[in-house]
Amino acid sequence: MAQPNDRLYTKTHEWIILAGGEATAGITQYAQEQLGDVVFVELPAPGKKVEKGAALGNIESVKAVSEVFAPMAGEVSMTNGELETHPELVNQDPYGQGWLVRLRVAPGAADGLMDAAAYEKFLAEEGAH
Amino acid sequence: MAETRLKRTPLYECHLEAKARIVPFAGYEMPVQYAGVLEEHRAVRTAVGLFDVSHMGEIEVTGRRALDFVQYVTCNDAAKLTVGRAQYSGLMTPRGTFVDDLLVHKMADDRYFLVVNAANKDKDYAYLCAQCVGFDGVEVRDRSDEYAQIAVQGPKALPTLQKLTSVKLDEIKYYRFVEGTVDGAAAIIARTGYTGEDGFEVYVAPEDAPRLWRALLAAGREFGIVPAGLGARDTLRFEACMPLYGNDIDDTTTPYEAGLGWIVKLDKDGFLGREALLRQQGDGVRRRLVGFEMTGRGIARHGYPIWAGGKEVGAVTSGTHAPTLGKALGMGYVPVALSAVGSAIEVEIREQKVAARVVEMPFYRRAR
Repeated sequence: MAQPNDRLYTKTHEWIILAGGEATAGITQYAQEQLGDVVFVELPAPGKKVEKGAALGNIESVKAVSEVFAPMAGEVSMTNGELETHPELVNQDPYGQGWLVRLRVAPGAADGLMDAAAYEKFLAEEGAH
Repeated sequence: MAETRLKRTPLYECHLEAKARIVPFAGYEMPVQYAGVLEEHRAVRTAVGLFDVSHMGEIEVTGRRALDFVQYVTCNDAAKLTVGRAQYSGLMTPRGTFVDDLLVHKMADDRYFLVVNAANKDKDYAYLCAQCVGFDGVEVRDRSDEYAQIAVQGPKALPTLQKLTSVKLDEIKYYRFVEGTVDGAAAIIARTGYTGEDGFEVYVAPEDAPRLWRALLAAGREFGIVPAGLGARDTLRFEACMPLYGNDIDDTTTPYEAGLGWIVKLDKDGFLGREALLRQQGDGVRRRLVGFEMTGRGIARHGYPIWAGGKEVGAVTSGTHAPTLGKALGMGYVPVALSAVGSAIEVEIREQKVAARVVEMPFYRRAR
């Protein structure tokens, strides 16, 4: 499965698009498939500061709750309000309309993230378990 | 680390073919979903779905005194059953709490077929064996490995199954069963289910199960049949407020507390738990299982604390987003004073208290 190559990825299956000092983040196609039907998304209030890898919010499927992790350190500047009434966008369009948050990030925040090719390789290795 | 080897149902290969996601459940590798919980849920409410429930336990009680024994260990009145009828009941502790909930089928005057929860099967069997001492000639046999069980559920369950059997299905009333053949295989066909829809539970020999599964999928194709997993089974039974053992009822809860007083027949002579239940019926219960709707944003889940008036007063037993109703709903035990419809409660979700309101159960009732 080809991943969009206009963005970066984490090992916890989040994606990030960096533009200026802002990062837009969401979860990957693989992550939404694992979650199943998303019925509720809980996101932090704008202004909240998060550390890389810290809990950013929760995504609930019919079956269970899953945490979403901050792909990089930063301050939440905006969340996807559309998900309040249409959480299924996370399943239907994880790389587009299903985005979760926008973060103000410091230079260098993207260090250690994977590009599309590296993430695909990571997924293939994960799948081999 | 030592791992207990998981069992597979006879339909395991069928689930792989259908690209199911497999999870461990009650010692089995079971399909939790195929295409997706919501789609499977919708199919069962509007058309027909097919469930592999072969993990369920089948325990047979035989002997001249089989009825006496079933009467002793369960709280409902099995003497009311005639051959071909089934009954929802509780296997009771002496304290009047649930060892398990179960279906009792009367196969013959001296033969009863008990269908129990998979996770409880070994416990139930051991309990029944221990309790049957003194019931001369009564034999308890675990026949779980001799049966596969397929549930065909939904408004199109009848026309789907009817294509594969000459048994007149519309003559089988709710909670009755017949022994016949389905797709050439000997089967028990029961008009029972765990979804809140019309439907049938079909018990066949394990070797007949894969062929029957495929035949049912083909028979139901014109109606939009889908295989449905444990995920949809849970959301469907939840909307219908059918209790799940280990969540909504267990060996600390009584039928009265769980709103299942209708399965307790106190006028029946000495049965396990009768004294405790008689006392509780006289004194009244202190807590009740209620249904609630989240009025604030959030989804209640099993184990979350319930608050009222600044105090923790109970716990959520089941909760999710109810697909048919499009609401976040839950069930849980609360003190009697808070059990009336309309009572305001709060559910603690990740350290935040979110408002909820007691509503009527069941949440969903099909149009008949």
